[in-house]
Amino acid sequence: MSSGVSERTQTLQVGMLARVEGEGGLHVEIRDGHVTDVELRIFEPPRFYEAFLRGRAFTEPPDITARICGICPVAYQFSSCMAIEDVCGVTVPEHIGAMRRLLYCGEWIESHALHMYLLHAPDFLGYPGAIEMAADHPDVVARGLRLKKTGNDLMDLVGGRSVHPINVKVGGFYHRPKAAELHAFRPALEQALEDAVATVRLVSTFDFPDLEQTVPYLSLRPSTGYPIEAGDVVTTLGDVWPVRDFREHLAELHVPHSTALHSTLDGEPYVVGPLARYTLNHDRLSPLAKELAHEAGLGPTCRNPFRSLVVRAVELVEAIVEALRIIDAWVDGVSASVPVEPRAGMGFGATEAPRGVLFHRYALDDDGTILDAQIMPPTAQNQPSIEADLRELAERWVAVGDHDLTHRCEQAIRNYDPCISCSVHDLDIRIDRH
Amino acid sequence: MFDESLRSAAPPKLAVWKFASCDGCQLSLLNCEEELLAVAGAVSIAYFPEATRAQVEGPYDVSLVEGSVTTPEEIERIGQIREMSKVVVTLGACATAGGIQALRNFADVAEFRSVVYAHPEYLSTLARSTPISAHVSVDYELRGCPIDKGQLVELLGALVEHRTPRISTYSVCAECKRRGNTCVMVAHGTPCLGPVTQAGCGALCPAFERGCYGCFGPQNTPNTASLTDHLVRTGMPPQAAMRVYRTFNAASEPFRRESERQERAMAASGTGVKR
Repeated sequence: MSSGVSERTQTLQVGMLARVEGEGGLHVEIRDGHVTDVELRIFEPPRFYEAFLRGRAFTEPPDITARICGICPVAYQFSSCMAIEDVCGVTVPEHIGAMRRLLYCGEWIESHALHMYLLHAPDFLGYPGAIEMAADHPDVVARGLRLKKTGNDLMDLVGGRSVHPINVKVGGFYHRPKAAELHAFRPALEQALEDAVATVRLVSTFDFPDLEQTVPYLSLRPSTGYPIEAGDVVTTLGDVWPVRDFREHLAELHVPHSTALHSTLDGEPYVVGPLARYTLNHDRLSPLAKELAHEAGLGPTCRNPFRSLVVRAVELVEAIVEALRIIDAWVDGVSASVPVEPRAGMGFGATEAPRGVLFHRYALDDDGTILDAQIMPPTAQNQPSIEADLRELAERWVAVGDHDLTHRCEQAIRNYDPCISCSVHDLDIRIDRH
Repeated sequence: MFDESLRSAAPPKLAVWKFASCDGCQLSLLNCEEELLAVAGAVSIAYFPEATRAQVEGPYDVSLVEGSVTTPEEIERIGQIREMSKVVVTLGACATAGGIQALRNFADVAEFRSVVYAHPEYLSTLARSTPISAHVSVDYELRGCPIDKGQLVELLGALVEHRTPRISTYSVCAECKRRGNTCVMVAHGTPCLGPVTQAGCGALCPAFERGCYGCFGPQNTPNTASLTDHLVRTGMPPQAAMRVYRTFNAASEPFRRESERQERAMAASGTGVKR
């Protein structure tokens, strides 16, 4: 961190944001005691996924796009599968949909546990990181690691491995695990549920700054259950539209004076992620998750980004409850996948990555060659709102010292669990050294 | 082989660095849930921004490097990291071979830029994605997309215990036999890169009824030409038989050579030169 104070202008610079996935920095400019500029700088280099997807076969995006993100590869795999199945006119049967949801639950458990315990909780308990936190709170860190491990183990069981699972393909999976293998995993999930309940109770005791967001929220909403691997798009403005309409409502602008492609919903900034899912789908939570949310002091909506930590804990409970439900209903002797024949056309897919909805669109020619691809990751969609939060908070905290202000701003960024590796092929990269 | 200068009473100072990548390999370090606190006790984690705000200034005993070099600034940065590190270890396909982003090496990067970005002129990027070893000397490498956390723990253990890490360089086939898998290529005719791919994953894909797709890059003596001929003879379209080498380790020397050989063969026979 560095700070420069001239007579009237003060700039605050965080060269490298810690405990986020990927590489980003922050720039805050204060003039005459007022915040004049806030930029979340992204210096993650571009990797050009949409470009090299062109000319590849329609069967390849689950393996290729998984590599956009090591923390939420399943989100990329399933959004791409759904978009390609949409082109080809295929709807997978219910038992394959349930298997997708089960693998996705593993990713939610792993990603939420990682973010809450290793990346976010140290802010609230006053430590630079979880390893330092472990010295004073060994049980808390052990619980977080146990939860994360259960998420990873579930992904190993269903997907083959937790980083870039190998078992996912267009039309379903290569291999379907047996009911006996999944039932053997039940005790680990029961322990995880106990740990997740304790997590909700722990994080609800943290001290959260006040902040009330007024921007619209956007999430998926399926016909039943909490949104994970499917659903139509809903917003707090009351809109409901099918995923295939996303390009009519969501725009991405590459503007010269900004570090980000600004995603907008009908021209305005919006937020995706746990707060949006919760606020738009509270009625869909399981009785246990709902009861715990109530006990933790959450109402049916939550618009304070700092409280996203509590919402994540509630979603962790939900993901474990769902995983147990799917495992209990598991049947053997059904297909792992359905055949998908290529055809020319355009298809759309969206699923709820742990940090928010992820859109994919593919155009194929008649032999299944990819002509065009578009990927809209959650962090890119949240970028304008992250900056808006920071502007409001920095203005409010302008009197505190640079050291504290820096730390608080970092914490506000971590509210979004931003994944910069994911968002980068959609962001303008500007390296600005001061 | 082992750097004697690491022998000292104090735990080695470890730094974790990121270049162009997905974060998955450094996540593998955090995924060592059962070993993490033990590792943290055996080494001093001096720089790992994904995990902690705390930082200790260099020099470092061990630098783990994830990601490939894709910008002019990164060339400078890897040089600095090399200078302040006794041992440099590259983690995964991006750092050891350039990663999937090295697909740009086979294309026109200006075109790639304009496909993704409305204003490509704002970007700072190189025409090629290169492995860390193209810029500085590397002491150890861990393959994989992602790396195998068992291999990571073995390597860290070896560094702490002052011994050479045991990392296999033979093919996936050897692991597959040891695991007792049925050969998917012989028994089911499923295309599989196992014969040319380095071990490390534990023959994961064949155990899930799928062919290997090359996450760990070329084994030490890969007969890629023979495999390609077999794939084409058993029905794989020539274009696809070229693309199987153009994924996460596309720029590794044996895979690059083979995909280009196949490309030339297609051009000569006038087949499938479709983009």
